[in-house]
Amino acid sequence: MVKEKELQQKPPLPPIGQWVPAVALGWLIPGGGHFLLKRTGRGALLLASVTGMFLCGLMMQGAMFHPQQGDMLTTLINTGGWIGDLCSGVLYLLSVCFGYNQPDTAGHVHDYGTKFLVTAGLLNILAMVDAFEIAAGRKD
Amino acid sequence: MPKMNLSHFEAAILFAIFTSVVMGVVTKRTDRDRLHYGFYTFGCFVVALFGLGWLMYFGHG
Repeated sequence: MVKEKELQQKPPLPPIGQWVPAVALGWLIPGGGHFLLKRTGRGALLLASVTGMFLCGLMMQGAMFHPQQGDMLTTLINTGGWIGDLCSGVLYLLSVCFGYNQPDTAGHVHDYGTKFLVTAGLLNILAMVDAFEIAAGRKD
Repeated sequence: MPKMNLSHFEAAILFAIFTSVVMGVVTKRTDRDRLHYGFYTFGCFVVALFGLGWLMYFGHG
């Protein structure tokens, strides 16, 4: 009974072709999904914010996470951090291609830098969800 | 790549600015609400920053 109600309230998933290009472009280029959907102003703000945060993280010499096996907490932190880094899209790919490999060193600036790099990716996930909602017609 | 050497306060304010912009853009439905929510989020960050700063100051003894 409860499940039936939940199913009735949930809007059906729109066709994949309707939202995948916006979400994929949004992952690759922060704000790209919004540009594709003609939300230029919001796309520009997202691009500036996510890119700004990522570049600040690089200039603070933050460390990039790499997936590691070990105890549960190590695996969770490193894999989660790597996924966060990866979600910055082309920013992450370019920095890896150009050989950015800062070791995790002590100091509050490096520590903030690491957090800035991960948070840039997490903010890009929010932007991708927003692009999905716009593309699916759930939001203006 | 130029290096940035910020204090805790400067780094936290920079973090709050970038995060507030994104939160404002993605959450609300009208531009007016987005602007309000962006400023509200930034205000919350600043209040939390000062609150936790004083908490740590007093907790440290």
